[in-house]
Amino acid sequence: MQAPLASTLQWTHGMQMEMAVLVGIGFGFVLERAGFGRADNLASIFYGRDFRVMRVMFTAIVTAMIGVYFLDLIGFMPIGDIGLLPTYWLPQLIGGLMLGAGFIIGGYCPGTSLVAVASGKIDAIFFVGGIFIGSSAFTLAYPSLEKFHESTSMGRVLMHEWMGIPSGVMVLLVALFAVGSLTAVTKIEAMVRKSLESKQLPEVSS
Amino acid sequence: MSKQREFWNPYAAGVALGLVLLASFVLTGQGLGASGAVTRVQASLWHALDPTWATENANIGKFFLSDTGALNTWIVFLVVGVALGGLLGALSAKRVKFETIHGPRIGRDMRWVFALIGGIISGIAAQVARGCTSGQALTGGAQLALGSWIFMFAVFGGAYGLAYFVRKQWI
Repeated sequence: MQAPLASTLQWTHGMQMEMAVLVGIGFGFVLERAGFGRADNLASIFYGRDFRVMRVMFTAIVTAMIGVYFLDLIGFMPIGDIGLLPTYWLPQLIGGLMLGAGFIIGGYCPGTSLVAVASGKIDAIFFVGGIFIGSSAFTLAYPSLEKFHESTSMGRVLMHEWMGIPSGVMVLLVALFAVGSLTAVTKIEAMVRKSLESKQLPEVSS
Repeated sequence: MSKQREFWNPYAAGVALGLVLLASFVLTGQGLGASGAVTRVQASLWHALDPTWATENANIGKFFLSDTGALNTWIVFLVVGVALGGLLGALSAKRVKFETIHGPRIGRDMRWVFALIGGIISGIAAQVARGCTSGQALTGGAQLALGSWIFMFAVFGGAYGLAYFVRKQWI
């Protein structure tokens, strides 16, 4: 048997949609338990106070990456069988900068805002309303944005293909990068905490 | 009301999130996402308003080519699940509370204005980048897709770059 199971087992459209709801429930539940339903938890990463978001995100990426490349290695799920995301580097760079801006201004990203709405956060309702407005505006303006949106297309290129190194080396490098970053931010957290404590108690006798 | 359940250890939550994403790949070959569902919903609103215009729009026209329609698709059902899963998580942790999250130096109304503006920027951004933190950074990050990693660094860059200017909202 080979993955994706939907094509090997010839699931009907209805079964695939049921599976989508189940995967979504798992996704939403984990995001809630991770603490991503609160804007303050999400924003505090950008002030060096709590890097929970980065810990969850990098651990998730490394876990799934190791799984995906292991299943590719044993031939159970060749990497080409999953929907690989194409690269359009300039729109992705600009869109990423904008999404980062939206994140720190609004307090959420699209996925986390849905979980926040589900847990009653009124600020998240405004954020989700904003996403609808922004997305609709993009569609409305698309005739003049299409050229930019389709520019710098590189196809479905993976990082190791682009660098010309084996996939196993890339997996190792990304895992090391994640461990290194998380070690570094743990130190930053401790430094920020220390400086906040000394600001709050300026007259501590030494 | 009894005490709410604590958040998970971030590394444990990360492994769980990674396994959900892996399960998604194994089951149907697709990753996670969120903003794509919003794109589909707003597309069907444009379609209801003016079917010809919507079908001819290069951004959303492709959604109306299939027999199943713009909404009867993976990403929309996934996001319905996300809302259900979030509700399930919040209910079982006794964390459902109608409130506005804001820092000590900003009022509720201004926080709403910022949330709306941030949402609008994010809605445009997710369309420009062809995905958001879930559909690009998480899904493409695990695939090692080049553009998704460019996107992820750009998100951190954009947020850190602006963080100082909106600090009064949060700290």
